[in-house]
Amino acid sequence: MREMINMIVVLTVLTTFSGGLLAAVKSKTEVQIENQVLKFQKAPAIKGIFPETTNDPLAERFNVKNENMELQVFPGKLPDGSKAVAFETSGTGFGGAVGLMVGINLDKDTIIGVRVTTHSETPGIGSRAKDDPAFVSQFSGKGMDTNFGVKADGGAIDAMSGATVTSKAVSLAATQAKEIYQKLKPEIVKQMN
Amino acid sequence: MAQSLAKEFTKGLWAEIPPFRLVLGLCPALAVTKSLENGIGMGIALTFVLVCSNLFISLLRNIIPSKVRIACFIVIVATFVTIVELLMQAYAYELFLTLGIFIPLIVVNCIPLGRAEAFAYKNGPLLSIADGLGLGIGYGLSLSALASVREILGNGTLTVWGGIPAFTMGPDFLPFKFLLTAPGAFVGLGLMLCLMNLIGKK
Repeated sequence: MREMINMIVVLTVLTTFSGGLLAAVKSKTEVQIENQVLKFQKAPAIKGIFPETTNDPLAERFNVKNENMELQVFPGKLPDGSKAVAFETSGTGFGGAVGLMVGINLDKDTIIGVRVTTHSETPGIGSRAKDDPAFVSQFSGKGMDTNFGVKADGGAIDAMSGATVTSKAVSLAATQAKEIYQKLKPEIVKQMN
Repeated sequence: MAQSLAKEFTKGLWAEIPPFRLVLGLCPALAVTKSLENGIGMGIALTFVLVCSNLFISLLRNIIPSKVRIACFIVIVATFVTIVELLMQAYAYELFLTLGIFIPLIVVNCIPLGRAEAFAYKNGPLLSIADGLGLGIGYGLSLSALASVREILGNGTLTVWGGIPAFTMGPDFLPFKFLLTAPGAFVGLGLMLCLMNLIGKK
């Protein structure tokens, strides 16, 4: 009995201490990691969605309140004079959250392009969502009234073969982006002017 | 004391050098040694985990009940691996992108667990630090050596840090791409072990 209690106490203390230490390190590195993700994940994604802008979407980013979360919005002014925004949503894939940067043309209400940002999908299978442009390019030019589900779910998107879960994660993120956009468009337009 | 410290440290550099002599930790050794930069990064990450986990396990060796020791070892090793992962994301994001999955996999990599069970659980903190440092540096050196061979012959470049090659073989060099594949890694590892045995024989 004594031994049993001893084991329970040691393991509990050890895991508590470990949890505390990890929480401390996480909160110390959080800001720095966010900066790194901005530089190495979001910046290339935005560059891919808006190859040419007359402004700097990264420098002009602003936050919009979405329920109780802050949504980071990157405004882009396209060379033809129309206005666009990009923001990130996420869906749950095979190995955790799949981040999706969605670029939307504010004047036409159409998707300009989407890019996968942070993910932990299987290399060579789910990771094709990020590396192979054929899948994400299906979203380009689609209107806001499109059903972004995969075809098996009655939507308009061809899933990647062998990577259904990842494809669904991307569709879910796009659908979420659509909902957020429809809800927050007035707010975003107001902040852009 | 100083002598035994030096002994525990140097055994990791030759007599028990991982992955060649211990034949543990082969999975990252084969997978990440495509460029010298990755080899160095993996070596640093493992050295940090090994030194910290050895230190804590040896300090707690009289408190940890032997029936739950493996669970305790895994908690300690996993904590330091997660710290390495967070630090790497914060300060070396490009390295994190290339090493990716192999950093969390250090938890189940047999080197930290093996050292905890075979050494740190039975020896004092100073000796355990020396052991962890020696083996970690030894692992880093082996990975760097293997990575250098693979990168120079397989790609014609040598990248030390920051993704820019410090050395290239020039345009006339025809890279031996086979070395960059997984079988090429096995062959490279085998040849290096063969060379080590030849030298050790004398």
